Amino acid sequence: MANAILVVGEVAEGALVPISAELLGGARRLAEGSDQTVACVLLGSGVEGVAQEAIAFGADEAFVVDDPALTEYNSDVYLQAMLKVAEQLSPAMILFGQTNLGRDLAPRLAFRLETGVIMDCVEMTMEGGRLMATRPCYGGNARAVNAVRTDPQIATVRAKSQDPLERDDSRQGQVTKIDAGIDQAAVRVKVTERKGMTAEGVRLEDADVVVSAGRGLGGPENFDVIEELAGALGAAVGASRAVCDLGWRPVSDQVGLTGKVVSPTLYIAIAISGASQHMAGCSGSKNIVAINKDPDANIFKASRFGIVEDYAKVVKPLTEAVQREKGG
Amino acid sequence: MHIVVCVKQVPDWDIPPSSFKVDEAAKRVVSPPGVAPVRSQFDEIGVEAAMRLKDQSPDTKVTIMSMGPEEARDAIKHSLAMGADEGLLLTDPLFEDLDWYQIALVLSTAVKKLDAVDFVICGRQAVDWDMGVTGTGIAELLGWPALTIGKDVQVNDGTAVVERVLMDGFETVEAPLPVVATVSNELGEPRYPKLQQIMKAARKQVTVWSAADLGLDASQLGEEARKLTLERLYIPVSDSECEIIEGDTPEEKAQNLARKLSEAKLI
Ligand SMILES: Cc1cc2nc3c(=O)[nH]c(=O)nc-3n(C[C@H](O)[C@H](O)[C@H](O)COP(=O)(O)OP(=O)(O)OC[C@H]3O[C@@H](n4cnc5c(N)ncnc54)[C@H](O)[C@@H]3O)c2cc1C
Repeated sequence: MANAILVVGEVAEGALVPISAELLGGARRLAEGSDQTVACVLLGSGVEGVAQEAIAFGADEAFVVDDPALTEYNSDVYLQAMLKVAEQLSPAMILFGQTNLGRDLAPRLAFRLETGVIMDCVEMTMEGGRLMATRPCYGGNARAVNAVRTDPQIATVRAKSQDPLERDDSRQGQVTKIDAGIDQAAVRVKVTERKGMTAEGVRLEDADVVVSAGRGLGGPENFDVIEELAGALGAAVGASRAVCDLGWRPVSDQVGLTGKVVSPTLYIAIAISGASQHMAGCSGSKNIVAINKDPDANIFKASRFGIVEDYAKVVKPLTEAVQREKGG
Repeated sequence: MHIVVCVKQVPDWDIPPSSFKVDEAAKRVVSPPGVAPVRSQFDEIGVEAAMRLKDQSPDTKVTIMSMGPEEARDAIKHSLAMGADEGLLLTDPLFEDLDWYQIALVLSTAVKKLDAVDFVICGRQAVDWDMGVTGTGIAELLGWPALTIGKDVQVNDGTAVVERVLMDGFETVEAPLPVVATVSNELGEPRYPKLQQIMKAARKQVTVWSAADLGLDASQLGEEARKLTLERLYIPVSDSECEIIEGDTPEEKAQNLARKLSEAKLI
């Protein structure tokens, strides 16, 4: 398998998560015109049934590490399992999503295998069998192109940066089981509690329209008008880090470099200055609309439409106008 | 308990995007003249996390470790003024252009050389490269567990307990010391040093170690030993042209925007 690109697939609620399908699409494009193959490994408990889905999304073959110890992510346990996989398959490249799992496990695996890792890539090309990965850095102000000299080449890839292939259930591929053989005595880390923050309504990262607001709102109570606008648009509500740090919104609403990456068709940024770290989370949006009272705010530089005005004077009328446009 | 906090000095991130410049030939960021480097934001939060542990158990020793040029001393001094006990500067021409494997090698070797370290705290990522692998790398090279992206860090009876920030929630993880933890801004604001502390910190000695002091040389730290290469560094161009929606009143602007969005089939 020295010529395989191995995608570490993730499963939620019995299905392949979107980022994994995107990774398979990205891996297929990397393998194009070479003798490289695309493999997918699924780690978890009761995930075997998802292997066919990975093949339908572009994997030539799938590997399944099915073990009750892998039911929930634990860094020590997952590292052991991935070491086993890497040893058995010796892939040329291992791709993770930049997810809870990927951002924790990928560097750990890379250091253990004494190889390099490139985090949070947004573009990937192949040059002479080596991955050229582009990643935002300096808070989104710059882009770096990195390559890993050693094998396996490991990278994590940002959500929505790669297009998935059309699902094709007629695709055939072999599914092989790998025994995790977890040595519980070597597990030092214990997960004692997990608290999910499940947002009501549309999930931020899946929403087609997002309305985000920033510190310029002046207080958490003013999110009422933002939610009304979002309601009229069928949008999810996001926020800048300043707002989450102030405790006006939960951390799970944060859009940006250290928050969520969204790429909706329409992103409306209200009273957000447009710092590069915020833009890192929304610059993939197809259309950005900014409402800001400062005509020089950076957010306008990335926007298609803008209104220079006090948000308190335009958001309500905008909500009404949207309702009229939609209704008529 | 002996805690080591890794603090990196980085170019000031809080500058207008228009003054952010890159020297593409040298593949380096060029700071505007007169703008001094600053402490990487998450590393200051690491110092805060360590100081909170010291507040609870005053016999805790906190060592601030920074790898970088002579100027990185300023970052160490500031952290000492926040209440840390000792400073360690790792400086050597060999440390100037390292990849993350080499960085973690230098830092983990220094941790081994220091006196009985129980806990290493790093920021979740440095605000220059945003790579987010150094803490984990140090842990792996020391053979310790890594508890990453913490918003709360506690030690109970020799066990580190870290509440981690997940994309959609939180999780609490624990592991027996020694461990490495990385921290995120959700932990809270770093404390502000008082004038008296700043003066006291100014008088403190900072230990300086070179590559030779760590028993490292070019065979590990040279260009040839890099696992990662930087092929290119550039500023992305945005081709967006913003159309400012006009109107005599705020209501009119709102209506005009709604119409535009409707025409563009966005609503
Ligand atoms: C390492 C690092 C990581 C970071 N990660 C993130 C991240 O993931 N996400 C993120 O968002 N930020 C992040 N930041 C922070 C980022 O740099 C900014 O500080 C933050 O985005 C600012 O939030 P803001 O735009 O809401 O607030 P501000 O910058 O304070 O901007 C408020 C805006 O509101 C406007 N305004 C004020 N009043 C009104 C009004 N009445 N009507 C209309 N407009 C008004 C102002 O003109 C201004 O433009 C990070 C920073 C660092 C250093």
